[in-house]
Amino acid sequence: MADVFAFAESRAGELRSVAFEAVGAARQAADASGGGSVTALLMGAPGAASHAAELGRVGADVVVVVEHPAFARYNPESYAETAATRIRDGGFRAAFFSASAEGRDLAPRVAAALDAGLASDVTSVSVEADAIVVRHPVFTGKAIATLRLAGSPAIITLRPGALTPVDAQKTPRIETAAPASDPGASRVVVKELVTRGAATVDLAEARTIVAGGRGLRAAENFSLVEELAAAFGDAAVGATRAVTDDGWRPATDQIGQTGRVVSPVLYVAVGISGAIQHLAGMRTARTIVAINRDKDAPIFKLADYGIVGDLFEIVPRLTEEVRKAKGTG
Amino acid sequence: MKIAACIKRVPDTEMRFGIAGDGKSLDPAGLKYDISDFDGYAVEVGLRLVEKAGSGDVTVISLGPDGVQETLRKAISMGAERGVQLKSDAIPFDSLAIARALAAELKDGGYDLILFGRQATDSANGAVGVMTAHLLGLPCVSAISQLDIADGRGTARRELEGVSEVVEFPLPAVLTIDEGIARPRLPSLKGIMAAKKKPLDARPAQLGAERLGVVKLELPPERAAGRIVGEGPDAVPELVRLLKTEAKVL
Repeated sequence: MADVFAFAESRAGELRSVAFEAVGAARQAADASGGGSVTALLMGAPGAASHAAELGRVGADVVVVVEHPAFARYNPESYAETAATRIRDGGFRAAFFSASAEGRDLAPRVAAALDAGLASDVTSVSVEADAIVVRHPVFTGKAIATLRLAGSPAIITLRPGALTPVDAQKTPRIETAAPASDPGASRVVVKELVTRGAATVDLAEARTIVAGGRGLRAAENFSLVEELAAAFGDAAVGATRAVTDDGWRPATDQIGQTGRVVSPVLYVAVGISGAIQHLAGMRTARTIVAINRDKDAPIFKLADYGIVGDLFEIVPRLTEEVRKAKGTG
Repeated sequence: MKIAACIKRVPDTEMRFGIAGDGKSLDPAGLKYDISDFDGYAVEVGLRLVEKAGSGDVTVISLGPDGVQETLRKAISMGAERGVQLKSDAIPFDSLAIARALAAELKDGGYDLILFGRQATDSANGAVGVMTAHLLGLPCVSAISQLDIADGRGTARRELEGVSEVVEFPLPAVLTIDEGIARPRLPSLKGIMAAKKKPLDARPAQLGAERLGVVKLELPPERAAGRIVGEGPDAVPELVRLLKTEAKVL
């Protein structure tokens, strides 16, 4: 029996989906160890506590709420000190964070503060008698490592979307606590959050991604990709490295070995030949569609469904059909 | 501006590779190695900061077996002033074990900035830089995509899901570098010649305890062979039908 900790990530006063994934993973780890309790830590600006009870749905027994005006934005040093103090004092067997941008910054600070082992970006977790065993994609997704994490507490970050929380329907006890260090004394200060461009759906969270490559021939032709993404209703737009290198799209849109690694339900590759560097970023998508002029393009070896031909004819037709199917026309 | 860049030698993953007989490492046959992608950006950022400041230099540090000397020489031929190898028979998978060795090397170095790549392309943990900062007691901003340094302070930009953070911090500091900030230069012939005369020290790595180890390494399952639905726009209705009824994603 072991008690387990989870960090419940929030942004702008709302819990993020990865918060439920972390608490859900903690629940499963506690149950697998013979049924310990799950404590979630929720940090935010005053008002954050109003969401604390929601974490019971995925299995939190206790939610510790730490509110401070400075926590309207991420405060790495005070967050890390507060989480490390809680984990140390609670005697937890394991602590789960998300491998989100925030979790990837926070968890290594906490692990270093606690002199604890850290497993990053894991896609599965199993609890054994004397260790926690996890799976973690390595070599840009071209291999999967099974890792053994010894010692207690074990710190783990979860790949977003990899683990689905199970309904647990608990009514958590809500506690409030003060930050373990003065947020005003933090040396690293997030001054502002800047929204990027017009894109409303982020690559990491998108169910559908429509990505474009050199086959589009010019930056302005990306409107075809954007229109198809809009037809799906919930799709994000991505690009290959060749395209972001040429400045057709911002670097943050790049999917691949040196860009974002994504696993959407549906990935539509438009005018993408399928360089290894790109495939490394999207090969774990559930369904892959490719549209390319060259029937020998490597992307067709990976794609579940392919159409060979001129994308300038095929994509507008697909946009039209998807609009009909989705009722987004 | 005195800068350290910590770099990792990694197998070139653009190549095909197989799993070794032990079932937990790469088959070394035919493997080529290079500086990890993001660590190349870290070296480039360091060189640009020194050029802009008009003074100072970049020290490159790499932990591992003697092969890392080749990686250090490459960074020196890009323009770094000296290299330090922290000798270790193998590179541990445990980030904190590595961070302890780097912190021991860096702590009395008097660096204004210590730079890392956001994560290594092989182990993909993305933790060594942040942990090293904590062990050194230095401020840290991770995965930055823009950087300005002026008057002993820095402003950096970090890309989150859907939004960016603008972050301020004092120097000295530790930064980990994301893509998009500065494409690494290629070593020049002059740089390659000069690199031969520049110092490269080697000393034993003071590794910390290893709590994370590889039990098994495997290739992901192959995707089932796909199919070409058809040619040209006339194939679109059939594609949409398959997405609806077979893949059930529409």
